[in-house]
Amino acid sequence: MKKEKKMTLTLPAEELMACGHLACQGCGATLAMRYMLKALGQKTALCIPACCWAVIDGPYPYSSLDVPIYHCAFETAASTATGVKAGLEMTGDSETAVVAWAGDGGTFDIGLQALSGAAERNEDIIYVCYDNEAYMNTGIQRSSATPYGAWTTTTPVKHFKTRPKKDIVAIMAAHRIPYIATASISHPEDFVKKMRKAKDIKGTRFFHVYAPCPTGWKSRPEDTVKLARMAVQNAYFPLYEIEDGDKVTLNLKLKDKKPVNDYIRIQGRFRHLTEAQVASIQAEVDARWERLLKNCAA
Amino acid sequence: MKKVMMGNHALSYGAKLARSQVIAAYPITPQTQVVELLSEMCSDGTLDAKFINVESEHSAMAACIGASVAGARAFTATSSQGLALMHEMLHWAAGGRHPIVMGNINRSMAPGWSIWTDQNDSLSERDTGWMQYYCASNQEVLDTVIQAFKVSERLMIPGMVILDAFALSHTYEVVDVPDQALVDKYLPPFKPEIRLTPSDPRAFGGLTGSEHYFELRYKLQKYMEKAPALIEETGREFEKIFGRNLGLVDAYRCDDADFVFVTSGTAGFTARVVVDEFRKSGLKAGNLRIKVFRPFPFAKVREVLKKVKKAAVVDRNCSYGAHGIFYQEVKSALYGEAGMPPVFGYIAGLGGRDITTDSFKEVAAHALAKDKADEEIVWIGVKK
Ligand SMILES: Cc1ncc(C[n+]2csc(CCOP(=O)(O)OP(=O)(O)O)c2C)c(N)n1
Ligand code: SF4
Ligand SMILES: [Mg+2]
Repeated sequence: MKKEKKMTLTLPAEELMACGHLACQGCGATLAMRYMLKALGQKTALCIPACCWAVIDGPYPYSSLDVPIYHCAFETAASTATGVKAGLEMTGDSETAVVAWAGDGGTFDIGLQALSGAAERNEDIIYVCYDNEAYMNTGIQRSSATPYGAWTTTTPVKHFKTRPKKDIVAIMAAHRIPYIATASISHPEDFVKKMRKAKDIKGTRFFHVYAPCPTGWKSRPEDTVKLARMAVQNAYFPLYEIEDGDKVTLNLKLKDKKPVNDYIRIQGRFRHLTEAQVASIQAEVDARWERLLKNCAA
Repeated sequence: MKKVMMGNHALSYGAKLARSQVIAAYPITPQTQVVELLSEMCSDGTLDAKFINVESEHSAMAACIGASVAGARAFTATSSQGLALMHEMLHWAAGGRHPIVMGNINRSMAPGWSIWTDQNDSLSERDTGWMQYYCASNQEVLDTVIQAFKVSERLMIPGMVILDAFALSHTYEVVDVPDQALVDKYLPPFKPEIRLTPSDPRAFGGLTGSEHYFELRYKLQKYMEKAPALIEETGREFEKIFGRNLGLVDAYRCDDADFVFVTSGTAGFTARVVVDEFRKSGLKAGNLRIKVFRPFPFAKVREVLKKVKKAAVVDRNCSYGAHGIFYQEVKSALYGEAGMPPVFGYIAGLGGRDITTDSFKEVAAHALAKDKADEEIVWIGVKK
């Protein structure tokens, strides 16, 4: 008789996110939220600024989440969360995990000042940036997280984005906060494990979560998880963590690093790129990967 | 206990006696001493509160909002540029019904850089949904902070306690610092019905369609309308315990007055010197100091001015293209009522230019020489 393989589910079965939310089909940001809440549990309070998630959650008086949410101003995820944490502590609740949950625009751009302030003070909050690489809520405009080569409505094909994506993780590492991790919706076990680890750390914890957006990337909804996985496997978005600003650990080693071309070519936002331009993206990804490996060794 | 202190420290003592639980603030001249003293009080344990050294006023107000929705009593203080930077969050605090109390030191807006007093900073926030109290003494500053928390928490509307730069912020006066036990009796702990907590998960301030938004703002206005009576009621209650009344306006020799200067902030005390002089020479003068600007005490202003023959409003602010802002409000308070006096509008003291007894004499000379108010704004002491 063939020996049966036993599968164990490492993800908590508990669901704190209900169906009936307002996201597009195949939205990566919804999976990100779902996994984060599985990791943190019900004793969580969210501060969500303007971003797709300000809508996804549902209109007043509904909510698709079973945790409290404060909808805050676009640039205030970190500062509002700081206040919520202080307020909860002063009213006798030091247990609840306070999470600032923002998009890339709210993190890399308009909210960077408040985030930097909170990180420098080492506020006891978890900051999660779900990165869909543009301002999606307002209809796909470029952010400083938009990668080289991408089309957005403010970087039209004739003038696609020629500057590289801002290195937010390096910026956060420079603040020497206790914990930073990248995560992907394609790797929920890794995401949940790191989020649980972060939960037990005091101080500012920062997550950069890769969250493909079929609407903004002009990709197929059914390819969302596939795209996220490809980005991890071709080192476009590697999975790693940084403790205390300099201890870098790779969470997923790539024995067989895939080329970026396949990933680029199934997204409409990159359709205009020439082979040479894709080759330059490959070169940039390779260089970043080498730097990361060197940092891990150091 | 009596103490000699600057207006800024009166704000700090008010916040301390109110047992503020979270203080998030960013320094700006002439507010710095407010937060320096509070920071010291938090670090030496005199005050059991969390002090958050935010990186901007925008974040200060955001943090206060977060703290308030979590159920803590939150306080901050700022001035001019800082207040303007907070603008978005001022709407947020009021629209979200977070009863934060904030001190604002009236300082002129740049450019050119000016650290001296005028009211354009706070009056630019007129329509954000905050209550505004304009104080005229350090004692009033301290007392009003305590009262403002009480009023704000009953109505779930934030309150701004306002004082003139330097004329009050840096001027030392004797202040009776009330007993903590008595303040505790007056101001119970903040216990909001609904707050941000996992044990009662709710979404605050999410996407609100036109079928709900209108009613939320209607309620804000309705609660604002309750404020004048509540301010008077809590003012009388304050008087019972502490011996000092805190009202909507402060009328000086207005009962039988023919001519009244209408002022706000510290300028009123200068006006009173002139009022006394005029009285000696036979002119029945008075001074109406408007303390609460939002909600505007329409009924009270009408009540005081209806017996008067002429009123002169002296504004330390200007709504460019219109008038002095208190002038507009006073006129609208009297509009349509029979037997109301003509009202004259004057602008004085922008950028901290002194408003002296001579300024008030110039105002009076102009107003008394005319029979009818015209729409002209008269600038007092301007070099043309
Ligand atoms: C101060 C301010 N400026 C602009 C906006 C408009 N706005 C709302 S969401 C958004 C983009 C959000 O982008 P991101 O943070 O990447 O989140 P996403 O929508 O992509 O999920 C913008 C520009 C706003 N709400 N507030
Ligand atoms: S636009 Fe993109 S991020 Fe926003 S809800 Fe749709 S799929 Fe999700
Ligand atoms: Mg985005």
